[in-house]
Amino acid sequence: MRLVLEPRAERSVAAAIASPLIAVGLTLLVMSVLFALLGKNPLNALAVYFLHPLTDSYSLQETAVKATPLVMIAIGLSLCYLANVWNIGAEGQFVIGAIAGSYIAVKTQGTDAGAWVLPAMLLLGAVAGALYALLPAIGKVRFGASEILTSLMLVYVADLLLDYLVRGPWRDPHGYNFPTTAEFDPVATVPTLIEGSRLHIGALIALLVVAIAWTVLGRTIKGFEIRVVGAAPKAARFAGFNSDHLVLLTFAVSGALAGLAGIIEVAGPVGHLQPGFSPGYGFTAIIVAFLGRLNPIGILIAGLFLALTFIGGEQAQISLKVPLDLTKVFQGILLFFVLACDSLILYRIRILTSRRAADGVA
Amino acid sequence: MGLLEAIILSVIAASTPLLLAASGELVVERAGVLNLGVEGMMIMGAACGFAAAYLTESTLLGTLAGILAGMLMAAVFAALTLGLAVNQVATGLALTIFGLGLSGLIGAGFVGQKITPAPQLFIPVLTDLPFIGRILFGQDAFVYASIVLVAGIWWFLYSTRRGLVLRAIGDNHGSAHALGYPVLWLRTLAVLFGGACAGLAGAYLSLAYTPFFIAGMTAGRGWIALALVVFASWRPGRLAAGAYLFGAVTILQLHAQGAGLGIPPQLMSSLPYLATIIVLVIISRVRGAAGSAAPASLGLAFVPDR
Amino acid sequence: MLDQMQTPAAQPLLQAIGITKLYGTFVANDHIDLDLHPAQIHALLGENGAGKSTFVKIAYGLIQPNAGELRWLGRKTVLAGPAQARALGIGMVFQHFSLFENLTVAENIALGLPPDESFAKVSAGIAEISRRYGLPLEPRRDVWRLSVGERQRIEIVRALMQSPRLLILDEPTSVLTPQEADQLFVVLESLKAEGRAILYISHKLDEVKRLCDTATILRGGKKVATCDPRRETAASLARMMVGTEIGEVKSGAAGQGAAVRLVVRDLSLVPDDPHGIRLDRIRLDVRGGEILGIAGVAGNGQDELFAALSGERLADSDGDIVIDGHAAGRLSITKRRRLGAAFVPEERLGHATAPRMTLSDNALLTGHAVGMTHDGFIDRTAALNVVDRATKTFDIRKAKRDPEAVSLSGGNLQKFVVGREILREPGVLVVSQPTWGVDAGAAAVIRQALIDLAARGAAVLVISQDLDELLEITDRIAVVFTGRLSPAIDSKAADREHLGLLMGGSTAQAQELGHAVGA
Repeated sequence: MRLVLEPRAERSVAAAIASPLIAVGLTLLVMSVLFALLGKNPLNALAVYFLHPLTDSYSLQETAVKATPLVMIAIGLSLCYLANVWNIGAEGQFVIGAIAGSYIAVKTQGTDAGAWVLPAMLLLGAVAGALYALLPAIGKVRFGASEILTSLMLVYVADLLLDYLVRGPWRDPHGYNFPTTAEFDPVATVPTLIEGSRLHIGALIALLVVAIAWTVLGRTIKGFEIRVVGAAPKAARFAGFNSDHLVLLTFAVSGALAGLAGIIEVAGPVGHLQPGFSPGYGFTAIIVAFLGRLNPIGILIAGLFLALTFIGGEQAQISLKVPLDLTKVFQGILLFFVLACDSLILYRIRILTSRRAADGVA
Repeated sequence: MGLLEAIILSVIAASTPLLLAASGELVVERAGVLNLGVEGMMIMGAACGFAAAYLTESTLLGTLAGILAGMLMAAVFAALTLGLAVNQVATGLALTIFGLGLSGLIGAGFVGQKITPAPQLFIPVLTDLPFIGRILFGQDAFVYASIVLVAGIWWFLYSTRRGLVLRAIGDNHGSAHALGYPVLWLRTLAVLFGGACAGLAGAYLSLAYTPFFIAGMTAGRGWIALALVVFASWRPGRLAAGAYLFGAVTILQLHAQGAGLGIPPQLMSSLPYLATIIVLVIISRVRGAAGSAAPASLGLAFVPDR
Repeated sequence: MLDQMQTPAAQPLLQAIGITKLYGTFVANDHIDLDLHPAQIHALLGENGAGKSTFVKIAYGLIQPNAGELRWLGRKTVLAGPAQARALGIGMVFQHFSLFENLTVAENIALGLPPDESFAKVSAGIAEISRRYGLPLEPRRDVWRLSVGERQRIEIVRALMQSPRLLILDEPTSVLTPQEADQLFVVLESLKAEGRAILYISHKLDEVKRLCDTATILRGGKKVATCDPRRETAASLARMMVGTEIGEVKSGAAGQGAAVRLVVRDLSLVPDDPHGIRLDRIRLDVRGGEILGIAGVAGNGQDELFAALSGERLADSDGDIVIDGHAAGRLSITKRRRLGAAFVPEERLGHATAPRMTLSDNALLTGHAVGMTHDGFIDRTAALNVVDRATKTFDIRKAKRDPEAVSLSGGNLQKFVVGREILREPGVLVVSQPTWGVDAGAAAVIRQALIDLAARGAAVLVISQDLDELLEITDRIAVVFTGRLSPAIDSKAADREHLGLLMGGSTAQAQELGHAVGA
């Protein structure tokens, strides 16, 4: 017996909607087995992971806080992936955006600089993220260097730069030698939406980004260009679309969004610059992009779902004493299943029971 | 022991995991498959290898466990990309994310534990030879294995019939299928071999190089191994040269840090990554004129028609 | 029926009985019976999509039939794979070659042999077969450096290395010049004389009449007849193949005296792709109302010429290409479209269309240059409108209003791809391989549409490897060989041998012949 893939004549719409749901279902199944192996009651554990965060308002807000960077980064990544170029260094662009924006916060610390500080920080963060993302894009377009490897290498470089700054020139002089900048001034802080909550206007920016991406991808010729370049490069050239420009554009936009998310994260929920301020948002956003099927609305939902797993993971660590790495395992498994289920959209899977199929025999 | 001898010894040690992992990936890519999950397979090899070695107190069993872990990870990759024709880039990323998480989970209980490092060869007289003695006759089994491995791959690819078939599959899977070669099956074998090599490389890190386990200890070596394959233009000889070159960069920056030249240590630490980027750009630029040396079917899904 | 006319002299070598192959609900082969005898050349004749390739794959063990059986020398055989077919004595020459570009000739041939053959033996075998059948090869060269004809020789030598008792050739002459085809026929005759059976797949009637002893005709997956092609007329074979009479294409009046709308002057271009062909001082003019044909064997610069004309690749200077009086050599494809030019590339899926996108998206692909957008936003209605009009005008059959391009049959998609351009009433149309792999009905529609477009005053340039097509629809024909274009000659005065010599690069000989004919 063996599985055989049969290409579908038409993309299956039902499968396109069902595929992420099936993937989530299968992932939960595997997670149950994992919990059981760790000696936990699977149902109880799943409840801690996915239901408890939904029951109190603090966790709900926290979910939105964590979803904000995920969604913003994933929207940018989805543009790259639709254009069939592989920016996997969003984590680095996130960090660089945070560093660049923090520069203004650090330099204006304690001065009477006015309301221009925060907008300038956001702008600088986005620009720096875009420029950092353009490095691998230029490497690809001009020299043909694999953007996958170069964008990833730049993540390590960004992390080391961050480490250098907060241990060296930017370290808080009153910080007991901890590697961190001083707490940002109020003018350098992203305002919250509700008094006393951590939910900040970054969440609104993320929603705005989703709306713009949805319009651009679905309605405009630029969005069409991105989709054609990714789906059929030769046809794109025939259409007169310049794929090199689009590689640069999608990388720049995705870097800008990651950088913006980075400075919002630092100037919002975190409040200062420190190493390890990102729990790997840039990498988790890759999963968000795929789980959301590279569709802006899908990404919004997927971003909220994966944010939930961060909260659930933290709660499970406390109440169930399971390691935090379990969240990463969960995310990895989820991505496997998402990708596998995507196959259903393009192929019909048949089980052959008779005769050896042609490919298996030499 | 002189400084130069110490440097050469440490360069060899730093190069070996790169060479092991990259050798495996070279075979995978020659078969037309791009497995970006080297980092994930490697870290799993490190975690499982260490756990097994700690529990059994045997380096050999630890090594085998590392190899097996790498192969299991590769099997997942093969099932998705070859069985279900899933995008290889995305699956490789998933493999890395998954491996980093699962290795943390598996290795959590072993962080801070100590094991006896893998033994080094000792041949009386020969190992005692000045300068070359330790370098040639005083290494651990992993180092010798890596050299045998890369030489073996060179021989396999260019001197055996199966090696020819492997290259053919990477060049044009459609033609290979039309001639009756079992493309997906042979690719599966290649991917498993790549997983074994990455697992072995990971086991080397936790059993011989350090020897201990901490989460994320591969620190991007899997990615550098991938870059090495590109750098080597998919040729085993150049791969060995590249691996030692990168090992040298790593070690020299460490020595430079130690020498206290006033350069921030973070800048020195970023050298291997920056070097990778620069080398990738230069090599791609140079080759741009002569056409890509990559296997023509690299990274493309193959679905045989029935 | 005609079947009885041929009483098998002996036991057939390979017998196919009731072979049936389904793809989902589509019946690719429907109960096909076929007997292949030693020392016979048996034609398998049919239109594109008639099921020839499917049958051949089954006979070579590449795919398994859903029903029916194969008998080898009277014994039931299940072919698990090509290796088993080769072991039995079946050899295969593929239409789209099964070669490995980056391996050497010898390595390519070794890959078609059992694994235990030593390399020395392979080399000796290549030399021996090359000599015996007059198929010269250089074993150590990389395949990507070789011409199409040389590549086919590799395929044939590889098949002959195992001394097959049955040799299958899938459309072998579709890539050859008439002269190269003649050389191939000599080889096939000598193989037949050695007592080998040959299954010859083709849709070219003249060839089959000239070469084959028996012909089996397929239509829509079913066997229509088995006959002796030498006793049939081309017309009767065509009727069996197509089922209905195909209407003659009505030619228009050549636009004498009309303005020149497309000019190419000394266009030279180094290819981007190191394996590509360098264009060398190409000159041509196409007048309004005229169809100019460019003949040539594949891989002689057609792709590069199309890319340069369309603007996918820019020329070195502006004046190299002039569209309706505007220097266009450095203009993008979008700007050339705005000048009134339209283009149809050879490859339907992936070049002319994005396969997994809808037809309306694919209308937008070329239509965005001349409308269908407002301030960067897409006008969906306009795009759908093109799909509907093309559907109506060119009778495109599809399952729903706006399906994905990949779901259409070759002929219907080609009608869409040509139709979407013609509906814009372009002043200049450059089309490559307009009817490649298209059924006869669709081909006739497309050819008529090209003629009608020219009759309305457009300049039409047709690049094609199908000499019959060019002789039928063009006013003048030029031949491209290794990146150089011959002067155009009047299609009515052109003769096949002359064109064939030009296609093979024998310019001097062609000139002699031309003078002889002219005198």
